Amino acid sequence: MQRVGQMHPVAQDFEPEFYKDLHTDLMFLNMGPSHPASHGTLRSFVALDGETIMAAVLEIGYLHRGFEKTVEHRTYDQVIPYTDRLNYVSSIMNNVGFSKAVEALIGVEVPPRCQYLRVIISEMMRIVDHLVCIGANLVDIGALTNFWYLFNKREIFYDILDKLTGARLTNSFTRIGGLARDAYDGFEDDIKSVLKEFEIAVLDVSKLCKRNKIFLNRTVDVGIISAEDAISYGFTGPCLRGSGVPYDVRKESPYYFYDTFDFEIPVGENGDTYDRIMVRFEEIKQSIRIVRQALKTLPGGPVNSDDKRVSLPPKSESYLNIEGLINHFKHIYEGVKVEPGEYYDCTEAANGELGFFIVSDGTGTPYRVRCRPPCFTIFSAYPDMIEGSLIADAVATLGSINIIAGELER
Amino acid sequence: MTQALLTQLSDRFGDAILESEIARDMPVIVCNKESLFEILKFMRDDAAFDCNLLTDITAVDYLKYPIKQKQRFAMVYLLHSLDHGHRFRLKAYLGIADLSVDSISPLWKTANWLEREVYDMYGIDFKQHPNLKRILTHIEFEGHPLRKDYPIERRQVLTINDSLMDEMEKRLIEKGLK
Repeated sequence: MQRVGQMHPVAQDFEPEFYKDLHTDLMFLNMGPSHPASHGTLRSFVALDGETIMAAVLEIGYLHRGFEKTVEHRTYDQVIPYTDRLNYVSSIMNNVGFSKAVEALIGVEVPPRCQYLRVIISEMMRIVDHLVCIGANLVDIGALTNFWYLFNKREIFYDILDKLTGARLTNSFTRIGGLARDAYDGFEDDIKSVLKEFEIAVLDVSKLCKRNKIFLNRTVDVGIISAEDAISYGFTGPCLRGSGVPYDVRKESPYYFYDTFDFEIPVGENGDTYDRIMVRFEEIKQSIRIVRQALKTLPGGPVNSDDKRVSLPPKSESYLNIEGLINHFKHIYEGVKVEPGEYYDCTEAANGELGFFIVSDGTGTPYRVRCRPPCFTIFSAYPDMIEGSLIADAVATLGSINIIAGELER
Repeated sequence: MTQALLTQLSDRFGDAILESEIARDMPVIVCNKESLFEILKFMRDDAAFDCNLLTDITAVDYLKYPIKQKQRFAMVYLLHSLDHGHRFRLKAYLGIADLSVDSISPLWKTANWLEREVYDMYGIDFKQHPNLKRILTHIEFEGHPLRKDYPIERRQVLTINDSLMDEMEKRLIEKGLK
């Protein structure tokens, strides 16, 4: 203190010795629930020492809508619009996940054309989800330009979705046993052209980021989670792969011809924000590969299963004969009848393993639907990931684990 | 292969395993609730099972189910082995008189939040849980919404804010800051 005491008062401020005997206390700060960097209504309550987060706790539930309770009072087909609102950035993937689980529970197989179309649109949705995640994450760390590059291209795909499903965000495109409608004429060419646009976007943004010193400083070694912790926290999807665990439902238990497509599972090394972003970049490229292969071999034929248990009769029958009319009426009013039983089925959604555990009681409404959201388990690790880092790093970390509140809180 | 694992499990735990079968989606094991923790620990650590990923914890309320079940509630644990690629579903039935099971949060970190959700939605008590608090609904909320006797149209007015200081205190002590 002697030495510091002799210094000019302004210079004293820079000496840690000067603060040694100063009594400092932790400061408590609410980050969220409503904050542009919190990606939805997430509240983290942090204890700060200067700008360093020493401890953090979370409060969620601001967007809890009672999905699981509501769907116990709806028919199976009526549940599909609710699944749109789970991960609303890639809604068709949730539609596919739920429909696939119900179809597996009933034991119907959808026609190959339907499976291919589901793969194509799911992979497109995965690309869009990753574009949104990367774009928003880069905005959080101050790289606004990239956002425009990525979101402009996303807009082109949303026009295609508009044409295909009639809606931009909440598409409700699948039905139990098929799809709402077949692809329109020229769908394949539209997809091919938007894939080129996506490639340009990815190339542009990778060029801007990959060796950008500011980007590297903000992401490398930020928000690290080890493979061991990630597994213990139940991580799946890009966040788990970012930590170096090559788990992907599409490879482990392939559904919908995924075993016939040639694609790779990118993995990271450190499990930091940089790895998670780069895994997403690489997954976009792999998804583009899958879509191209699927378009090449897209079979013709019907998109809806001809199984009477799940599909509506053709309009010619429901208008012209009484059996068809009754069949249509019972199907709409009472729902698809499902034998009593229980089934867990999962698909690889954009954030990880999206599972549905369905208990049926023989009627047209599910007895119990448990949605296993990938975000929920990932977000519970967030305090561990941000403790000891700066507030700004917490924001970068939150962007990279891609928390979608609709799915987190259902 | 899977059948051998199930046999191994019932040999080891004897009467604690009530039934086991290979269902269409994955093998299902029904056990009694007292030995849940031990069985899950064994399934995590044993080299043949090696269930390192706890996919999900959930519960089912069988109050209005047309087929009679052993008890009103069932806990459902979904386990997954990333190395072997197999999955298991472990179920344990609970009656309304004794709605409690051991918390498995010492085994998997993700169990902490998943158990909080089950507590929130069904009111099942998890013994030795570090922070058994509502997670999706509000702290003032009364009742457990996913129970079959909770009417779907019931509304509640909830006003107070959660300061979160109770959780923060625990966290600070855990981190050695207090």
